[in-house]
Amino acid sequence: MGRGFPKGTRQLVSIDPINARGDLRLTRITKSYGDFNAVDDLTLTIPKGSFFALLGPSGCGKTTTLRMVAGLEEPTVGSIHLGDTDITTTRPYQRPINTVFQNYALFPHLTIFENIAFGLRRRGVKDVKEQVDKVLNLVELPHLAERKPTQLSGGQQQRIALARAIVNRPALLLLDEPLGALDLKLRRQMQIELKWIQREVGLTFVHVTHDQEEAMTMADTIAVMNEGKIEQMGTPADLYDDPETAFVANFLGQSNLIKGKIEGNDGDNLVIDLFGQKISMPKARSHAVDNSLYAGIRPEKFRITRTGSAVRGNTLTGGRIEDVSYIGVSTQYVVAMPWGQELMVFEQNDDGVPPFNKGEEVVISWEPSFTFGLRGDEDVEAGTEVNPEETPE
Amino acid sequence: MSITLPKVRVPYLLLFPGFAFLFTFFILPIVNLAQTSTQTPIPGGDTGQYEQSFAFSNYINAFLDNRDQFARSFVYATLATIFALAIAYPLAYAIAFKSGKFKNILLVLVVAPFFTSFLLRTIAWKQILGEEGFLVPTLRSLHLMGQQTTITSTAVAVVAGMTYNFLPFMTLPLYASLERIDPRTIEASGDLYANGITTFRRVTVPLSLPGVVAGTLLTFIPAAGDYVNASILGSPNTKMIGNVIESRYFKIVDYPTAAALSFTLMAAILILVTLYIRKAGTEELV
Repeated sequence: MGRGFPKGTRQLVSIDPINARGDLRLTRITKSYGDFNAVDDLTLTIPKGSFFALLGPSGCGKTTTLRMVAGLEEPTVGSIHLGDTDITTTRPYQRPINTVFQNYALFPHLTIFENIAFGLRRRGVKDVKEQVDKVLNLVELPHLAERKPTQLSGGQQQRIALARAIVNRPALLLLDEPLGALDLKLRRQMQIELKWIQREVGLTFVHVTHDQEEAMTMADTIAVMNEGKIEQMGTPADLYDDPETAFVANFLGQSNLIKGKIEGNDGDNLVIDLFGQKISMPKARSHAVDNSLYAGIRPEKFRITRTGSAVRGNTLTGGRIEDVSYIGVSTQYVVAMPWGQELMVFEQNDDGVPPFNKGEEVVISWEPSFTFGLRGDEDVEAGTEVNPEETPE
Repeated sequence: MSITLPKVRVPYLLLFPGFAFLFTFFILPIVNLAQTSTQTPIPGGDTGQYEQSFAFSNYINAFLDNRDQFARSFVYATLATIFALAIAYPLAYAIAFKSGKFKNILLVLVVAPFFTSFLLRTIAWKQILGEEGFLVPTLRSLHLMGQQTTITSTAVAVVAGMTYNFLPFMTLPLYASLERIDPRTIEASGDLYANGITTFRRVTVPLSLPGVVAGTLLTFIPAAGDYVNASILGSPNTKMIGNVIESRYFKIVDYPTAAALSFTLMAAILILVTLYIRKAGTEELV
């Protein structure tokens, strides 16, 4: 089905882009709108067959990146390759890439069957009926084939949008905030389902979201984006346990970041001074560039004990319980430290110990290996702002 | 002090002015017209004096005597509708999708002709298409038109005038339905391997169909009954049924025939429109 290349492409290889397969490579991509760089010198490889998430707050450039991969925008600078084929300037309909749009963008004038068949018919596929039926079964909605999109619930429309894309078995499936319009419960269910479907069909999924939990639930690899750049990339566990920047530490879950100074070495560990109290942490988990750093500890890694009882690992004394919130599976404490900082502590309600009371003097302790170190010149507030428009519900 | 009305009555109260108006100025005249249509002249009476004699033959005679004008009306109206659609669709498309910040200015320009009287604009077309206008000499000098040929007083002039006069009625509903299309459905079509032309054919056009139906009706219905364009821009050879009704009423004072023709025209339009809407199959007509 050679449709030829559009004018102005540098393409010389005789592979029709529609048949391109392989890893997706973005090389030094910049997208500018006037003086503003929505995407700024971005380089990224997404391996074939992976479930990849681009995670970031609104305006971080993740959707622009996705639209450039889809062909709906053209990069100002840089190139996009799929396998060995340069697809930077090819038109959307010439790319073996399909998108599940935010709010689905189903064709309101066509039945569900014809919506799903749309891509197959354009490519002149023979067994349309068979393939549509198969994918309708995959998303468990075969009985809706003759309905119109407006007769479906949000969750059903979401599945049809997914079916309409995967029926084409694209080299790459792009999901643009696909679950954003669903309520919380349905979203959780769809996250698990999407992941299952991805394994089932074995396609490369690139998922754009601002919801860190959604990204962590589904993706093998997450790239956290901020201001047009990738802050950090890795598995959900890597990003959560060892964030390299304050933005990542705050955007993925919550973090306690305590200003400190590196005092020296102790084997594979660093000795850190936190407002006069010494702690240690693995050298490998420090991203500091000089001897100033922020020691980061996740709230659930902390243990609280009453002053005077035996403790293991790193300890910080002189804390006072400022606030207690009981939320069932855990109790969340705000602990005021002598140097004026308030730390978040999440305690599992699994030990039968009655919760601490407001005003009690406590000691905070944790395993040294849970500590991560950030550069001392980081903005500790980065990534904590919540955009009201993006808060679900 | 507050007045609370029982909830049920509110809708009726809101409907009342409209109903009263329609009853006085539509239902009553229609009944009156129906009565007139079967009257015959009073034997020995003056011109314009008629009595009720249930002469349904009036309908047959009126139709048989004016078959040409009926046919012409529908042919001209159809042509004007087709031309208006051909001009308005690209126009509405451009305003809806490509005009950017000029959108509002362009919309004002579309309705700007309404600031001048319909009659005046039609007379202006007589000038434009006339011997002294720029069009005819230009076409003649380019040998696209014979030296003796004229445009005024021809069917071309009448259809051109109608096309022009009803263009905003075609453009606005088209614009409204094109503008309502979610641009993401257009993107989705491209994403699903449809090129620009296929996207237009398979997505844009079907989604703008309610606008096409509304626009063609708003053009065709008044065009079929129009007589201003034919009387100003046409000749006796381009007479439409509207002209016949007009002259029966005001010149010949033959009220029964005029009334019978009016009803026949109304019925014909109703039948055509019903068939058309059935065929277009748009349940969600604007």
